[in-house]
Amino acid sequence: MNYGPLIFLAAFFALASSWFGFVLAPQVQVGRLQQTNTLVLSLTYPTARPGLARQGLDVYRASGCAACHTQQVIQTNTVCQVFLTDAGTNQARIRALLENLAGSVEDEMILLIDHSKPILKDATPEGADDLVKALTAAGAKAYRENVALGPDIARGWGKRQSVADDFLYDYPVMLGSQRIGPDLAGVGARLPDENWHLRHLYAPKSVVPGSTMPPYRFLFERRKIEHGASPDAMAVEGDYEIVPATEARELAAYLTSLRADAPLFVAPLTVPPPPPSPATNTSQSSAGVTPGPGEATTNAAPK
Amino acid sequence: MSVKEINFSCRLPLLVLFISAAIWLVICSALTLIASLKFHSPTFLADISWLTYGRVRPAASNAMLYGFCLQAGLGVALWLLAHLGRTPLAGRGLATLGAALWNLGVTIGVGGILGGDSTGFDTLEMPRYAVVIMFLGYLVLGLWGVITFHRRAQRTLFVSQWFVFTALFWFPWIYTTAEMLLVARPVRGVAQAIIAWWYADNLLVVWLGLVGIATVFYLVPKLLKVELHSHYLALLTFWMLLLFGSWGGIPGGAPVPAWIPALSGAATVLMVIPLIAVTVNIYATTQQIVPKTPYLPGLAPHYLPLDTRRLTLSNSLRFLLFGVFAFFIAGVMRVTSVLADPRPMLRFTWFDFAQNQVQTYGFFAMIMFGATYFILPQLTDTEFPSPKLIRAHFWVAALGIGLLVVPLATGGIIQGFQLMNPTIAPLTVAKNALHFLRVSTLGDLLLLLGHLIFLVNLAGWASGFYRARAAAAFAVMTEDLFKPSEAPAS
Ligand code: HEC
Repeated sequence: MNYGPLIFLAAFFALASSWFGFVLAPQVQVGRLQQTNTLVLSLTYPTARPGLARQGLDVYRASGCAACHTQQVIQTNTVCQVFLTDAGTNQARIRALLENLAGSVEDEMILLIDHSKPILKDATPEGADDLVKALTAAGAKAYRENVALGPDIARGWGKRQSVADDFLYDYPVMLGSQRIGPDLAGVGARLPDENWHLRHLYAPKSVVPGSTMPPYRFLFERRKIEHGASPDAMAVEGDYEIVPATEARELAAYLTSLRADAPLFVAPLTVPPPPPSPATNTSQSSAGVTPGPGEATTNAAPK
Repeated sequence: MSVKEINFSCRLPLLVLFISAAIWLVICSALTLIASLKFHSPTFLADISWLTYGRVRPAASNAMLYGFCLQAGLGVALWLLAHLGRTPLAGRGLATLGAALWNLGVTIGVGGILGGDSTGFDTLEMPRYAVVIMFLGYLVLGLWGVITFHRRAQRTLFVSQWFVFTALFWFPWIYTTAEMLLVARPVRGVAQAIIAWWYADNLLVVWLGLVGIATVFYLVPKLLKVELHSHYLALLTFWMLLLFGSWGGIPGGAPVPAWIPALSGAATVLMVIPLIAVTVNIYATTQQIVPKTPYLPGLAPHYLPLDTRRLTLSNSLRFLLFGVFAFFIAGVMRVTSVLADPRPMLRFTWFDFAQNQVQTYGFFAMIMFGATYFILPQLTDTEFPSPKLIRAHFWVAALGIGLLVVPLATGGIIQGFQLMNPTIAPLTVAKNALHFLRVSTLGDLLLLLGHLIFLVNLAGWASGFYRARAAAAFAVMTEDLFKPSEAPAS
């Protein structure tokens, strides 16, 4: 029997299905992603990188930095906290609510409550929202805060997980697959000084003792000193100095531009609310709460 | 069609494919060794831009994948199509040209990566100008493969033909998709990353899987002079590999819509079905003692007498069975990495790298070695000069793979746990992994040695063949000299 056409067709459909699933569908969903507004401040996000940083991305690609560095902060979970900023006047009701949470509470303690410490920790978005609602109804001021969790966040590699929006204008997108060095998704926020990066690239050991990152001296050039050594010279060798070549400057500009930390609907971050003032209306006490992001966050969190 | 004619038709293209594949293997090993030595001293060759770690590493993996794996895979695929179809390889001159173009493309591509022209996408680093040449070469080779398949004299198909035929058109599809959407007219944002992962998985799991398994399904029973244990299990393998293999590869927690990694993870886990099916099938095949009546009676006549080639044959078998074992291990490691995620996060560690090495070296390359040692002597009726050297190749390569992969996987697991613990500084994690990396350099060294032995074996075989041919030609030309009396008599 001649199965030739049959195999061809069946294999064709197998590949076509995965093609539709992983090439076409993501393209429809992510490829057409548009700029969004950040939460709270409502800035347009993301914006294209400035020219020098854009060139720097090319240096990053050509040098293969992605062989050792990822650019994706992973968040393992999100929890919510509730802060009480003003206990208001309905002490009996507030006390009842707090007793629910923590057992017996003295009247004076409500007045002395430490506003910088959450009254509710490790809560689900719904639980936190319910408490905030109840407190607000009782005349107190309270707000909810989203806390991103996970070792990457704890290491300070980013304030929230990386999301598709962060990479909208980059080409090529280099998420990286190995973490021989730290994640760089938020390195610009962590290390904002371009000179630090230049020195690090020229001689990693000079700024990070014991560093195992290879030096990138070929991004620097040797130049004859004419009118005294230039301020950004890495080293002076007799009549010559070593200064960053254009590529090194571009790369440093790119690295400092890496700061994926804007609070977004898909990856909310809480910006602390304005300090409580007696004049504000009670109904606005939860202004800092990010609008209903709980669902989005739990969806986006890795399973 | 006589077996001799089929063998003759395959001779030139396969010779070019196998010998260039062996050369790429040595180049890959040399580059890997440089990359590996950089972990002994970060400043080693650091000031030469084209030998910086970030270029040497992808150059090595591209040399391995496109220079060796695809090239040797295509050679074996063409041979399988000609042999199982009992028809000579069509267009052998043009197929040889295709092989030459492919090699030109890979050379330019690897050079381009070292020169800083990498595209920045994993497994697709070769720059556009190289890809065009390579792809042309592939089309020429693949086209003659398809024509050979079409012209087959033996109409009934053996499972290996299903595998190989599918592989032939799978590659151009995934390759053009990836190149079009990533390089020619790039899509935006993380859709790029998804497509690159999709491509890598389809190449490493599906393409290598199809060709590698086709080879063992045909050669293992043939070497043992038995039948493949179960035809149905083989077909199950085929469908499951296509269905689940093509959906894998997208890691959990990636900054993409959550349904994509979820679906991908499920498909990867389901890959255990073809994994077990292959292993069971081959194991059961080796356990048969009495040769059964051939499943396809038409295939029996061109079986070669076993006794004349016993040494070579048993050597091939050793490589093939090692390959099946590694196929199983690589699959288990892939599933482990998905299931363990995110605690420990193996996907960012040396563990995933080790998994990749088991798949490309342990599984695919070993099977290709076995196939080469089996096929080449048939093409020319010239034996490999030294069966001892073939055995040496096997042991050096097997030991090398072990010494490469075991330390890297162990180090990777430790690295994964430490990356999950934010109190350990990243530099400390990197330094702790160094010990394992340094041991794995021994594995790299052994693999280089093994590949050199492979090249020496092939060179010895080729020179034996050409010497025999030269002697024959000389004998024909000088015939008159030794029989002077015949001419006047006639
Ligand atoms: C061989 C692997 C390797 C390569 C390739 C590599 N790095 Fe690194 N990188 C490291 C290691 C290890 C560290 C941690 C030690 C240190 O800070 O120097 C590091 C640290 C860094 C840091 C500091 C991050 C922090 O949070 O402290 C930056 C920035 C950086 N690398 C940028 C780059 C750039 C840009 C390139 C490409 C030109 C590159 N790296 C290539 C291994 C590598």
